[in-house]
Amino acid sequence: MFGYYLELALRSLKRSPGLTMLMVLAIGFGVAASMTTYAVFRGVSGDPIPWKSSKLFVPRIDMWGPSDSGHVGEPPDALDYTDAMALMRDHRARLQSAIYLIAPSVIPTGAGRSPIPVDGYAVYGEFFLMLDVPFLYGSGWSADDDAHQAAVAVIGDKLNQQVFGGGNSVGKTIDIEGKDYRVIGVLADWNPQPIFYDVLDTGGYGGGDGPGVFVPFQRALAVNMTNSGVNLCRAEPTEAGFVGLQHSNCIWIAYMAELDDAGAVQSYRQYLDDYAREQQTAGRFTWSPNNRLFDVPAYLKQEHVVPSDTKVSLLVALGLLIVCLVNTVGLLLAKFLRRSGEIGVRRALGASRGAIYAQFLTEAGMIGAGGGVLGLVLTGVGVLGVGVVLPARLAHLARIDPSLLMLTVLVAVVATLLAGLYPTFRASRVQPAWQLKTN
Amino acid sequence: MTMHPILAALRKHKAGVVLIALQIALTLAIVCNAIFIIQKRVDMVHRPTGINEDNLFLVTQQWVGAPDGDDPAGLEKLDSMQQTDLATLRGLPDVASVSPIRSLPLLRSGSVGGIGVKPLQQKSTVDANFFFGDEHMLSTLGLKLVAGRDFTVADVQHRGFRDESNPVLTIITKPIADKLFPHGDAIGKVIYFDSGSSPTTIVGVVERLQSPVDAGDSGLAWNSVMFPIRQDANFARYVLRAKPGRLTDAMKAVTPALYAANPMRVLDDHSVRSFAEIRARAYRADVGMAILMSVICLILLAVTAAGIVGLTSFWVGQRRRQIGVRRALGARKVDILHYFQLENLLIAGIGAVIGILLAVALNLWLITRFEMDRMPVIYVVIGVLAVLALGQAAVFVPARRASNVPPLAATRAV
Repeated sequence: MFGYYLELALRSLKRSPGLTMLMVLAIGFGVAASMTTYAVFRGVSGDPIPWKSSKLFVPRIDMWGPSDSGHVGEPPDALDYTDAMALMRDHRARLQSAIYLIAPSVIPTGAGRSPIPVDGYAVYGEFFLMLDVPFLYGSGWSADDDAHQAAVAVIGDKLNQQVFGGGNSVGKTIDIEGKDYRVIGVLADWNPQPIFYDVLDTGGYGGGDGPGVFVPFQRALAVNMTNSGVNLCRAEPTEAGFVGLQHSNCIWIAYMAELDDAGAVQSYRQYLDDYAREQQTAGRFTWSPNNRLFDVPAYLKQEHVVPSDTKVSLLVALGLLIVCLVNTVGLLLAKFLRRSGEIGVRRALGASRGAIYAQFLTEAGMIGAGGGVLGLVLTGVGVLGVGVVLPARLAHLARIDPSLLMLTVLVAVVATLLAGLYPTFRASRVQPAWQLKTN
Repeated sequence: MTMHPILAALRKHKAGVVLIALQIALTLAIVCNAIFIIQKRVDMVHRPTGINEDNLFLVTQQWVGAPDGDDPAGLEKLDSMQQTDLATLRGLPDVASVSPIRSLPLLRSGSVGGIGVKPLQQKSTVDANFFFGDEHMLSTLGLKLVAGRDFTVADVQHRGFRDESNPVLTIITKPIADKLFPHGDAIGKVIYFDSGSSPTTIVGVVERLQSPVDAGDSGLAWNSVMFPIRQDANFARYVLRAKPGRLTDAMKAVTPALYAANPMRVLDDHSVRSFAEIRARAYRADVGMAILMSVICLILLAVTAAGIVGLTSFWVGQRRRQIGVRRALGARKVDILHYFQLENLLIAGIGAVIGILLAVALNLWLITRFEMDRMPVIYVVIGVLAVLALGQAAVFVPARRASNVPPLAATRAV
């Protein structure tokens, strides 16, 4: 029977090619606009580390206190040096790392080669274990290296290509800012987006190849490798230079800790409050503890990482899809009721209401499939063309993959079937006797 | 013509009427909010920065193995390196003017601080963007001085990048001058930066200088101050004005000249950027949003128009006999045409009324969720006129076809 309905549908659609085309176009454009904006939204709002984002936590300590008006707000967006170091010293989480952005120059060996500017981070050795950073060769450094300010470095694969021509460079020496470091690990491709471990400096997204170099935090401090990221100050540092920044309560250090279960989270919260209370007792804070502990999804939400433009675009595109569907309901209604005579004949010859439903929903489904195919093409064009209208750091996150393509067709067909329900219902209510009489 | 027959006929097509009205309402709601978003973005992009943007470009470079500048000897070394660069750049044939600079409007990287009118004032009176450069800064940027004087070579000091001590002299923008000294007597007055205790004297006021950071429409966007200070760090930025028409050549000449002066430095593809590039990059997301909204609006209007054409065509087909009867009873072609036009106006009008409510509701919701602004009434008015016009345009073709139905149709079966 389905084959028969398909044939009927095809014949009916061919009979009014203009109307058919109109519906297919509307569905196609509506679906493509929604799917393109959805692809961008999905790209920018994705979970950067889905397998453990609920175990990674960002602590916030209020070291600035209430505002002048006495309003107790959210604690500042990062840690100052004093608190970050205290948290590292106490080492209460299973894994943790203080993090700051560096931008050193790497000087390749060989005459006539220009220095290479690199972005990277000063971190603790646990950073790599905590974030499951993938290595091509070697590994991160040990706690011992952290303690001894060892001159070791983990480099990205791109820098490895540039300096050593690729391959296993573990054990080789690399010149960073005029000082020699032993390469201890080479990263595989690693650039999770949003950049959840450093939202403050990056705003959450960065194109390119990800961080090029990592050096031990204490080593970076020892050689005066300055913070190249944001620093925000409530009061200006009283001493000059990088050391002045370390002695100030300016915030510039990101921090992440791994807490594996609810108990660990609970006791870490308690620890943060105890710490803040200690500071209060010591007279450094003149206010009650005001701390936060966000897991990665909550943190990204808190920092408004997903641009509101992305959400508004998705909403407007969904609005367009709804209008396209209302449009399709109207056109299908016109199309189906125009065939009241035909329906009357079929009903009079014994077709049940169910049969009418099957016939017209098949027709609606075909239009949906047609719209889906057009939608696929347009979504492809849209996602590829999104680079024209969006900044590169966002545009490259919108990807075409099988799930997006399947979703495109699914949305088109399901939406059109839904749109076809009311017109089909009306068609099934056609009175056979009335139709036969008027004709 | 009375409305009665139209209303009576519409009652027979409730579903179709509701659908068209709903579609028009939704279209109106989305289109006027989208146009509002577009207009906001366009306005934002077209704000003048206050600088003369033609022939202007920026050089960002980093020295390798340079001293960190935390000690006096290192600081002097960094400054002499910077002076060498400035001399090199000023010697280029296509370059008209050069100044060291910390940041530029729209660069999306800069420093912000507070200004107080009393020493050690804890809460600053106004926040401002800090610009650092030498005596050529104002002329290179092409800023318009409205009061006082420009910096002279004797004013210029140099100091470490992280040295936050209060500068001696400053030139401020007019919005700050108006806020701090509403009587227009800012010149010669002193202000205090970042809750400091040492005074800074205002020597000049420029009309306008936009913030490097994305400050939207807030006051910070136009509150800027300039200091006659060369900042010494292991990196430096220079703003250059090329001679008219020589921008490309001047930009090309910079990298080789700097490398020739001192090879121990980093210059890459992004090191030399024209201001046009900086502007395009800063507003890329806004322009993109405006384009996206325009595309969606166009599709929306096209779909709605097509829907009206489709459904009206169906009604015309359905009513051929009735039209024939009316024509046979003496109705002129133009009466039939007007009938369908009036019918559409009625439906679109109902849709527009619902649409106005939806548009305002959508706007209010966007305000609460996405910090959007209140939409002025004019956008709703434009939107209503647009959908009514769209309805009339869309209905014209099927209505004319209806008017061409011959009276003879009355006698024929459907």
